[in-house]
Amino acid sequence: MEKYARQREVWDRMADAFQPTESQTSVEPLADRSGKAGVGTQPTPPKAQATPINLVGRREALQHMTQNVLAGLTLALWSSQPRAVEAAASELEALELPELPPPQPGEDVLMRMMRDLQRALAKPKEQRHWVMVIDLRKCVGCHACTIACVTENALPPGVLYRPVMEEEVGTYPHVARRFLPRPCLQCGNPPCVPVCPVHATWKGADGIVVIDYDACIGCRYCITACPYGARSFDFGEHHSDNAPHRAEYDMVASPEYGQFRQRQGQQSPVGNARKCHFCKHRIEKGMLPQCVTTCIGRATFFGDANDSANLVSELIASPNVMRLKEELGTEPSAYYLV
Amino acid sequence: MQRYEQIEPMEPIIGPGQTYATITERISSIPLTDLRQTPRGWLVGFAISFSFLMLFLISILWLFARGTGIWGLNIPVAWGFAIINFVWWIGIGHAGTLISAVLLLFQQSWRNSINRFAEAMTLFAVACAGLFPILHLGRPWLFYWLIPYPNTLGMWPQFRSPLAWDVFAISTYATVSLLFWLVGLIPDFAILRDRAAGKLQRQIFGLLSLGWRSSSRHWHRYEMAYLILAALSTPLVVSVHSIVSLDFAVSQLPGWHVTIFPPYFVAGAVFSGFAMVLTLTIPIRKWYNLEDFITMKHLDNMAKVMLVTGSIVFYGYLMELFYGWYSASAFEQFMVLNRMIGPYAPFFWALIVCNGIIPQLLWFKFFRQNIPFLFVFSIIVNIGMWLERFVIVVISLHREFLPSSWDMYTPTFWDWSLYIGSFGLFFTLLFLFIRFLPMINIFEMSMLQFSENEKAHGREARRVQLAGDTPEPAEMA
Ligand code: SF4
Ligand code: SF4
Repeated sequence: MEKYARQREVWDRMADAFQPTESQTSVEPLADRSGKAGVGTQPTPPKAQATPINLVGRREALQHMTQNVLAGLTLALWSSQPRAVEAAASELEALELPELPPPQPGEDVLMRMMRDLQRALAKPKEQRHWVMVIDLRKCVGCHACTIACVTENALPPGVLYRPVMEEEVGTYPHVARRFLPRPCLQCGNPPCVPVCPVHATWKGADGIVVIDYDACIGCRYCITACPYGARSFDFGEHHSDNAPHRAEYDMVASPEYGQFRQRQGQQSPVGNARKCHFCKHRIEKGMLPQCVTTCIGRATFFGDANDSANLVSELIASPNVMRLKEELGTEPSAYYLV
Repeated sequence: MQRYEQIEPMEPIIGPGQTYATITERISSIPLTDLRQTPRGWLVGFAISFSFLMLFLISILWLFARGTGIWGLNIPVAWGFAIINFVWWIGIGHAGTLISAVLLLFQQSWRNSINRFAEAMTLFAVACAGLFPILHLGRPWLFYWLIPYPNTLGMWPQFRSPLAWDVFAISTYATVSLLFWLVGLIPDFAILRDRAAGKLQRQIFGLLSLGWRSSSRHWHRYEMAYLILAALSTPLVVSVHSIVSLDFAVSQLPGWHVTIFPPYFVAGAVFSGFAMVLTLTIPIRKWYNLEDFITMKHLDNMAKVMLVTGSIVFYGYLMELFYGWYSASAFEQFMVLNRMIGPYAPFFWALIVCNGIIPQLLWFKFFRQNIPFLFVFSIIVNIGMWLERFVIVVISLHREFLPSSWDMYTPTFWDWSLYIGSFGLFFTLLFLFIRFLPMINIFEMSMLQFSENEKAHGREARRVQLAGDTPEPAEMA
């Protein structure tokens, strides 16, 4: 519940500033209050409640008002920095990661990725750069990752984070199909970020572009700006919409960003832009993204590209690597092996 | 009044036989008519507009209850009618500002009879336009987060986003237009106050006229204020629609990522605005017998402005196609082809016919002075300008970079009802305006009459002078 800690502090402080006491002409510095302001606790009432509320001097009232306005202004300026969505990362330091067996010849590649992941998690967040590598030669087009993602993130109809695109190449009788799974590419220079008018989406320190559902007003600008069609909009539909009653699977809370939001009525994430976040909530618990663990062809790899011993770093170094629409200058963090 | 003496119109801009008294009488009699004697035509028109306004409100209610999913939006086409209508309405508003501010600064005195009306149209169009971006939001009740206000929620707009610029562009535009319109109305409110028969009317107009007593000091201050406001609104004619166009141009989408957008949008805005002024003034001058004030000269001039802006817009279309081809980028080239022969090609060709080809007829005086043609033409242009936004928004979005995410956009009933309902809002306001406020500037018409008389005297004097007969200087005054 670190979510609005900072806002709460300032709020408490302003509530204090409004308390009409003679003693309290100046407010305490922010840091002093942070311990006291628990969830739902009211600010401690000042001891001497001598003056009734309507006897605040005009000078004092003005002073308080100025303080409020200044607090509001400056807070808003700081807050263009990452907010609640990223807060989960701080809990991570204390995370107990499972003990993994030592590397063995012929083991599943997932084991190696798990070990790589644990190594990356031991580093500070700013030094990681999560990337995904998808081996198109191995993809069999089973769409298991798409479905795994839908179940993991409890996605409603119309919202897909990782569709697998299909294409038929050649002319009959020499035809073949090829498949292209497309998560959000977590661009290094994401065109979807600067267009957001309320700063509800930004690129985190670890390279993941996140959306703050609380802040997003649903203008859909980012959706039109993403050249890969990686963002979708939650129009508030349910799988069991025309059924007699809402199915249970529609009521599952989505664990995205560790927030466990229930989709109902017009509450977020209904009315928000949504997109793949590399299963941020899973990574930070030491798990691989759901699409990676599900891939039956072991065609999707995930890891920290800032670590040269990491599997993905090896794969990215291979000569047959490409990124989608490189010419747009978006610097995607998802690589394809062709 | 210096500024009225600059041009000498070929055709009268006030009908013959009008005097100061008849001008004031004719115009002020409309708002001062007793409520019980409201013309039946007005009542019918108002009732129809009002029912559309109700449709608008119902659509909004349903939208708020169910969310934007009631529209035909889907994932590649995440912007639909709401944005199209927004751009369309805001474009319509531009003619008002152009007529009232730019033509004032250029001393085009013919504008005097249509400026009040055009400004009112601007205001109402901006009111409609301002609603659409809010309705467009997935969570419309949070629209105020777009405004930078001190708060402890930690919300602050991101100034890199053109959508945040829009907020400033539109709110500035609405404020300045409203001020300009209200300031322009003050002397007329005073005239109405002085002529009002009923006590209530007198009081209301008295309140609105802010104690105007027509003293020369009042006039002096007024003229200055009006000129300053005109100078303030002039840059807005250019800036507002440029910023709206940046909503598109900033994105990398083929069909949006075009440098020509700002000038081309501004020209389009003026084009569509004049079309709307024509659509509205032609019937009104007929119904209220205002042919003496909104003369053929006005219609002809407006047609000329439309010819110029229409040609710029047409040039813009051609340039978009040219650069699509010239870019040598597969996506841009595909976008051009998709416009011309894709599933929405009929819209594109209709656009070319409405906005590109038909306006070229205005080169001929016969068409510029043919009132039925002008009326039909103005409606065609209105449709064409709406199609232009449809082409830009929907055709560009529905087939973008990755073919696997292509989709079609099919508007639903609620898309249409919101659009058609917004006409209800516009026309309801407009009907109220023509019924209760002077729709033509009374005092400016009187001044115009004065300067026309002066000019007539001047011509007479020159003629006499040439004949060698010096007139008495006293007569000149
Ligand atoms: S793929 Fe699209 S949504 Fe993802 S970061 Fe890039 S631009 Fe943004
Ligand atoms: S839809 Fe939400 S995240 Fe996307 S640009 Fe709009 S406010 Fe920002």
